[in-house]
Amino acid sequence: MSEATTATRGRVADALMGPAIGLAAAILVGNLLTIAVGASPLRVWSLLLAGTWGSAYGIGQVLFKATPLALAGLSVSIGLRAGLFNVGAEGQLVAGALATAVVGAALPPGTPAVLAVSLAIAGGVAAGAAVGAVPGVLKARFGAHEVIGTIMLNFVVLAFVQWLVLPERLGLPETQNTASVVDAARIPRLSAWIPSLAGSSASFAVVGVVLAAAGVHAFFKRSRVGWELGVLGISPTAAAAGGIDKGRATILAMALAGGVAGLASMGTVLGFRGYFEVGFSSGVGFMGIAVAMLGRTHPAGVLAAALLFGTLSQGALAIHAVVPKELVDVLQAVVVLAVVGASSDVVTGRST
Amino acid sequence: MTGGALLQALTLAIPYVFAAMAGVVSERSGVVNIALEGLLLGGAFGAAVGAIVLGPWAAVPCGMAAGVALSMVHAGVSVGLRADHVVVGLGVNLLASGLTRFGLVALFDSAANSPRVPGDGAGPLADPMLLGAILVVAGTHGLLTRTTFGLRLRATGESPEAVRSVGVDPSRVRVAALALAGALGGLGGAALTLENRQFTAEMSAGRGYIALAAVIIGRWRPVPAAAACLAFAVADAVQIELQLTIVAYKQFVQMLPYVLTLALVCGLVGKSRAPSALGRHEA
Repeated sequence: MSEATTATRGRVADALMGPAIGLAAAILVGNLLTIAVGASPLRVWSLLLAGTWGSAYGIGQVLFKATPLALAGLSVSIGLRAGLFNVGAEGQLVAGALATAVVGAALPPGTPAVLAVSLAIAGGVAAGAAVGAVPGVLKARFGAHEVIGTIMLNFVVLAFVQWLVLPERLGLPETQNTASVVDAARIPRLSAWIPSLAGSSASFAVVGVVLAAAGVHAFFKRSRVGWELGVLGISPTAAAAGGIDKGRATILAMALAGGVAGLASMGTVLGFRGYFEVGFSSGVGFMGIAVAMLGRTHPAGVLAAALLFGTLSQGALAIHAVVPKELVDVLQAVVVLAVVGASSDVVTGRST
Repeated sequence: MTGGALLQALTLAIPYVFAAMAGVVSERSGVVNIALEGLLLGGAFGAAVGAIVLGPWAAVPCGMAAGVALSMVHAGVSVGLRADHVVVGLGVNLLASGLTRFGLVALFDSAANSPRVPGDGAGPLADPMLLGAILVVAGTHGLLTRTTFGLRLRATGESPEAVRSVGVDPSRVRVAALALAGALGGLGGAALTLENRQFTAEMSAGRGYIALAAVIIGRWRPVPAAAACLAFAVADAVQIELQLTIVAYKQFVQMLPYVLTLALVCGLVGKSRAPSALGRHEA
């Protein structure tokens, strides 16, 4: 075996260490809490698996739940690879979802489907990128740390979106919803092609997720700008020495991360509900941080991590008969803490 | 603004103040504390369980114990395993949210709230928690400026290496600071539960982040941070009054603390300087 293969194998083993410890810790805590409420751990795990990967419908639901998680995770991982911590995916995602729904509803009914879906998604990306760019500009121009910038901006964006969705502006009377998007802007369900998925909410947005992950991978591996962002993430000193404009790269990375987060709810808005509703995301943007950490910021890892979190989220419904479904929220937190504890390579010193 | 709203502002300020003091203590020791939200939530649940299971006397000690327990998870991962403080803080918040909702169902068979906790209906001025908050601000100020531990804590936040060089273990200082922060945050949670007479799922409702904003706006000093908390509480009280009259603009009042914090960290409103070693592990 060549030395290069051995080295690669070592790196892969290293990368899998954190997630393995995370899973082990989650199983341990899950067992303890299950025993504490007087249920059988074996029964909980088997119900969880049967309710998710045990049927075509379950798999479809896992894919549906993993869709926004994967895109939010990709968004956070773009930031991390450029050395920036995007805690703002939640706000970017909500802004993107609202823009997607508003554009989708404003299109003339006769718009061709491909164009309608593309325009609605582009609206979401633009809104997410705009929200993401703000903390980038604040950092590049004023030196404000992006962690504080994104945390604070989340709350500003959520309040602003609430104000926008009041009935006298974009909302329908007596609701916190926007109007439904035109039929052409709806992303078809996967069950249109795979009949056994009937009843599940999974749509062709999952294809978009895979394309986005491949795009992010190609961006960092093949494009000059992506390479520059990667250098900035590994060593700001090297980036400066190599003539990379740090301010410009920071804004670009944050806008890009925001744009991908703006995509995150396409499956929910265009593939499922057909409209935007206040409070629909409930923390998916924050879970994106966990997904990115667990996936070690690698696009393939992020997809795998999103599937795991999607499985937990869907599995919650299946285990509720024997143990409170809130168990999975505890497990998700345990995974985050164990993974970040096991991998000390992502560190964001805050000095503002 | 009416007198009633002013009194209401004092009551609303109490959990902010406790959480902000938790933030000051932990961040001055160099540990970024995004987990204030989780400490409030965990403390609120601990207080409800204590009051219902053991009796009203147990609300405060159980709330504080829950805060300390969560903060020790923070310490174990962020200081012990040298992990990123921000991610650990978010993890602790997720843990507090998950455990309290799991506990609500497991103990009280409800996804929404606990039974009512026993207690008397003290008005804002007779509220012992208000007195407690004032004492805690004075105490935190005294601790940081007048005691050996306070000096070591501040030194650890500026340079853990320098602290090590004089024979003090900076990790132990940070763990102690986090334990104290947990107790204070848990106390803030207990105040929330006692004020509302019950625990409600996710009842911290972003207050920990407002407290974090107050810590930054108060430039990591106890008295100015408490003043920022009071200002935010007045804004809350005004908003509650406005809601009755001008519904349309309450969202902009809600944004106030966050916009102010953004302006401050951008250097648009004076200069802010965080502890030098905030978020940084000992080299």
